[in-house]
Amino acid sequence: MAVMSSAVTNPHQFLQAQNRWHWIEVAFWLATLLPFVLTPSYLSLASQIAITALFALSLDLILGYAGIVSLGHAAFFGFGAYTAGLISKWGWGEPLSGLLIAAFSAAVLGYLMSFIIARFRHLTLIMMTLGLGLLLFEVANKASWLTGGADGLQGVHMWPLLGMFRFDLYGYTAYTYALIVLFLLFLLSRRLTNSPFGLALRGIRENLTRMRAIGATSRSHIRTVYTISAAIAGVAGGLLTQTTETVSLGVVDFQRSADVLVILVLGGAGRLYGGLIGAIIFMVARDQFSGINPQYWYFPIGVLLIAVVMFLPNGILGGLARLVASWRSRSQ
Amino acid sequence: MITSLLGILFDGFAYGMLLFLLSVGLSVTLGMMNFVNLAHCSLAMVGGYIAVTLMNRAGWPFFATLPMAFLGAAAVSIVLERLLYRPLYRATDLDQSLLTIGIVFVSIATAAYIYGTAQLPVQLPDYLRGSYQVFGRNFGVYRLFLIGFSLVISIVLVSTLEYTRFGAQVRAAVDNQRMARGLGIDVNGVFAITFALGGGLAGLGGALAIDIVGLDPSFAFAYLVYVLIVVSVGGLGSIGGTFVAAMLLGISDSAGKYYFPQVGAFLIYLVMIAILMWRPAGLFGKR
Repeated sequence: MAVMSSAVTNPHQFLQAQNRWHWIEVAFWLATLLPFVLTPSYLSLASQIAITALFALSLDLILGYAGIVSLGHAAFFGFGAYTAGLISKWGWGEPLSGLLIAAFSAAVLGYLMSFIIARFRHLTLIMMTLGLGLLLFEVANKASWLTGGADGLQGVHMWPLLGMFRFDLYGYTAYTYALIVLFLLFLLSRRLTNSPFGLALRGIRENLTRMRAIGATSRSHIRTVYTISAAIAGVAGGLLTQTTETVSLGVVDFQRSADVLVILVLGGAGRLYGGLIGAIIFMVARDQFSGINPQYWYFPIGVLLIAVVMFLPNGILGGLARLVASWRSRSQ
Repeated sequence: MITSLLGILFDGFAYGMLLFLLSVGLSVTLGMMNFVNLAHCSLAMVGGYIAVTLMNRAGWPFFATLPMAFLGAAAVSIVLERLLYRPLYRATDLDQSLLTIGIVFVSIATAAYIYGTAQLPVQLPDYLRGSYQVFGRNFGVYRLFLIGFSLVISIVLVSTLEYTRFGAQVRAAVDNQRMARGLGIDVNGVFAITFALGGGLAGLGGALAIDIVGLDPSFAFAYLVYVLIVVSVGGLGSIGGTFVAAMLLGISDSAGKYYFPQVGAFLIYLVMIAILMWRPAGLFGKR
């Protein structure tokens, strides 16, 4: 939760200050290039991380900013993934246009669902997102003539990116592609959250009743941000399909919705970078642990979740921010 | 046609009874403290594993394991409530969901570590196996027992809540927590006991469920969805609503499996969404 310093009273000044790039942000994005040099054999993992980070970013827009708790966000990820896969299977393997179509179709689905979502709060909202997510999973599972069901979608083949860069075995193209898409959509999200629209969303998150009392619209804002979030999640799903050239039922199951929630909360919701940091930690840890014992992977994640909720209410980034703040006030 | 309908109703009724036992505790605690406890089915799993362990390794008779499943799950829920839930009563839905999902994860991994991921078999006593033949249809003895047993438990539960002082305190706390506190009711204490009772019932349900749905570490997640559907459709804190929703879900699930096997769970999710669109607080919910 962003702390608005009391010195800034003018909202325009506040937004401008938020919009300025901090040197840590620049350093972070430069560091995302390091895998090319330092760990070239882990580029496929790096592309998976970038995709997961994008998915977490999309959840952050609705959860961290508008306060919509979703237990079914994998619906959009999966919808985008299947759309991208089916287009390629039907003979159009061009990645960029495929990604756009995936984004568009997920956005349409998100827009339709947003009419339901915007009506509810609290437990009913959680149940609605869960129910809609499970519904989509069942559709994907049962419509095996279309999706391949539990066997996964076969026959996805991507053309080279821009007609020049083939998707290689080492994930060189995949990581470059995923990273550029992540960065562009991050810029979009950053602009969005640091706009008056973003401020209105935070208002909805903090107190819906007061937002209504000052005459702000809430439902149409929720619908807008939900649609944007669905589109970004669809892009993430499409990226996964295009870089791995397969689609399994796992893209739309409950586990994926739960994982992305864990990732976001671990990193810290409501600050955009939380999802990115969380994705790095989660995916690297899973890669390390799965080598040892895949079925016990749940244990450390569960303990971590409990610990974050009990001791680090705003995630890792929230804890760091508090640390920095207390260090600054001491040094003054 | 009639006999198959009868069979579906019977199976659905037995399944619904099971769902009722599993979810009634969650409904009451959610209605009372608004605490989103997604780890409720982990308690059921604890009960199930206690029953299986006592039966298969210690050779206890089936009926002796049921009280132990109840007590064990109740004990675990008391520990959880004291240690982890109490600091989060005033936290957001999100924090509560996350904490309890974390507990579910830990419970799944622990169960997988101790018992492995395969489904565990139970040996029911001979007099609970087999079936009666009525109108050319088989009625399983165990399902009959399940219905009778759960009905007795439900009657005990409802009369406790309706006719005892403790039950009046619970109902007061569900209706209006602040007013109940103002009248000097120790809401936290009542909640702790209710929580333990609800957890115990879930544990009992878990032990009874093994023969019908099996027991493996994924139980904690697989049935959570069903329990949440029952609770949200029935309405928080409403025992009657929970009962109706559990029966509705149990019967429509077995009917769906019989008449439209290709549709699967699709129908259930659709019905839940439709009911919640129509009545966001559930069929019998007040808020």
